[in-house]
Amino acid sequence: MKITREEVEHVANLARLNLSQEELAKMTEQLDNLLSYVAKLDELDTENIKPTTHAFSISNAFRDDTVLGSLSQQEALANSPKQNGECFIVPRII
Amino acid sequence: MYPYELTISQALEKLGKRELSSRELTLSCLERIAEIDGHINAFISVHPDHALAMADRADAAKGDKRGALCGIPVSVKDLLCTKGIATTCGSKILENFIPPYNATVVDRLEQEGAVILGKTSMDEFAMGSTSETCAFKVPENPWKKGYVAGGSSGGSAASVAACECLASLGSDTGGSIRQPASLCGIVGMKPTYGRVSRYGLVAYASSLDQVGPFSRDVRDCALMMNVVAGYDARDSTSVQKAKPDYTKSMITGMKGVKVGVPKEYFGAGLDPEVEAVIRNGATLLQEAGAEIVDVSLPHTDYCVAVYYLIAPAEASSNLARYDGVLYGYRDMTAESLIDMYKESRSAGFGAEVKRRILLGTYALSSGYYDAYYKKASQVRTIITNDFKKAFESCDVLISPVAPTPAWRFGEKGEDPLSMYLSDIFSISANLAGIPGISVPGGFSGDGLPIGIQLQGPHFKEEILFRVAHNLEKGVGISDKRPAL
Repeated sequence: MKITREEVEHVANLARLNLSQEELAKMTEQLDNLLSYVAKLDELDTENIKPTTHAFSISNAFRDDTVLGSLSQQEALANSPKQNGECFIVPRII
Repeated sequence: MYPYELTISQALEKLGKRELSSRELTLSCLERIAEIDGHINAFISVHPDHALAMADRADAAKGDKRGALCGIPVSVKDLLCTKGIATTCGSKILENFIPPYNATVVDRLEQEGAVILGKTSMDEFAMGSTSETCAFKVPENPWKKGYVAGGSSGGSAASVAACECLASLGSDTGGSIRQPASLCGIVGMKPTYGRVSRYGLVAYASSLDQVGPFSRDVRDCALMMNVVAGYDARDSTSVQKAKPDYTKSMITGMKGVKVGVPKEYFGAGLDPEVEAVIRNGATLLQEAGAEIVDVSLPHTDYCVAVYYLIAPAEASSNLARYDGVLYGYRDMTAESLIDMYKESRSAGFGAEVKRRILLGTYALSSGYYDAYYKKASQVRTIITNDFKKAFESCDVLISPVAPTPAWRFGEKGEDPLSMYLSDIFSISANLAGIPGISVPGGFSGDGLPIGIQLQGPHFKEEILFRVAHNLEKGVGISDKRPAL
């Protein structure tokens, strides 16, 4: 068994997802299958192989530190489910 | 011939001579959409007023103010931000999202006078190979009722194949342009990573995603690439390399070109009709003067495992932004912040998206990062080296795009893994960052299209256009259209 129900619940919490009991059972089974499949990578010796995170590596893609245009406050708030013209409103945090 | 059946090249000629107006051409496409999209379902949203306003501006432009795509009606995958026009990514969580800006590629289309008809259907957040996970419309293959158009850019492919528009922009993270192009009998290209700007492309897997064109022939694809390719300062992964005129790459004749046939792509899972089409393609290229060589991509069998660790890991990070705060669906009844995140995300995301987020989160989590994500990234290096080695003995690779032609809705059923395995031939190009193109190669006995894939070294789209042009000439089916 590659992943248990408890581990899926833990990961769901990390990912900020709620799963029903039915979803949890199904996801556990499917994730277990997938993790068993990807274990085939263990067949390969990767000692001293550098990981690739960027196919065609470029570095330091910076621009000059000058102020350019940006979205207006109105544009930035426009899609929020709850806002007061100045900020995004969310439930109490503390 | 109806105006909507024209290729971009043909339409530009007629528009240039004023034999046809963009308004007429646009209306022709809108009427076509009204007539057939009820069952093709290529479009999540259509914007006639906006499109006709763009068409009128194109018609008013004169002389050198007429852009490279002046007056040409196109569709855009709903994963690309279009200012003031709903961009849903095929998800309920963004059902009402109206971007305040255009993606760079959309800006470039507009600057060159293209007319945007609407946004096309797709797998939710680009995660899928059939577009069946779209929360709104599931596109159908225009060649056969009840069959998938492919994914995740199924709507884009279907819209072009069904002549609802002259071209489209899609995205490709593991094959999502090339596979639907193959299944729908049209041309589709995934450029080299960094060739086309991702600014305004809603991110799925940032090290794999690329935007690319769909078209009905190779020349149209080159015209689209001419417009969208090139450095963009707003995309920090965009590469500063000169952009050629890709239409000039379409040299007839294959003398001096070596075409590699990767032996691992021709094994047990490959449909015999697909194999026959690819082998025929190689023969046609040989007749045009190419040298056919056998090559090996020894780690092909590990590509799916690498992709289905890296892509979900990157996705789990990219999709963390959908929390109901800035945009998108919010559960307004939640009383705490964390509950708001959980309820909004759980209600807004579909099952496939949740599955990939969970897999990705696990692969990155403490204690498992080395065994899964890091390991996959190391094998990614091995796979990239396989291609580098293969390109030492050939200029371009010829192969299938998908192991089979299109399949029925629901056929891949309950097991995600069997769906994932169908990506085996397209996935490695994204891992290595190399460009790939799918060119129509023939049809199955059932009348379903089969595409031929060409892959080349980084930033060698020119060689792909040359070989694709010769393949298209040899195959000789670029005029065929589905009977609708």
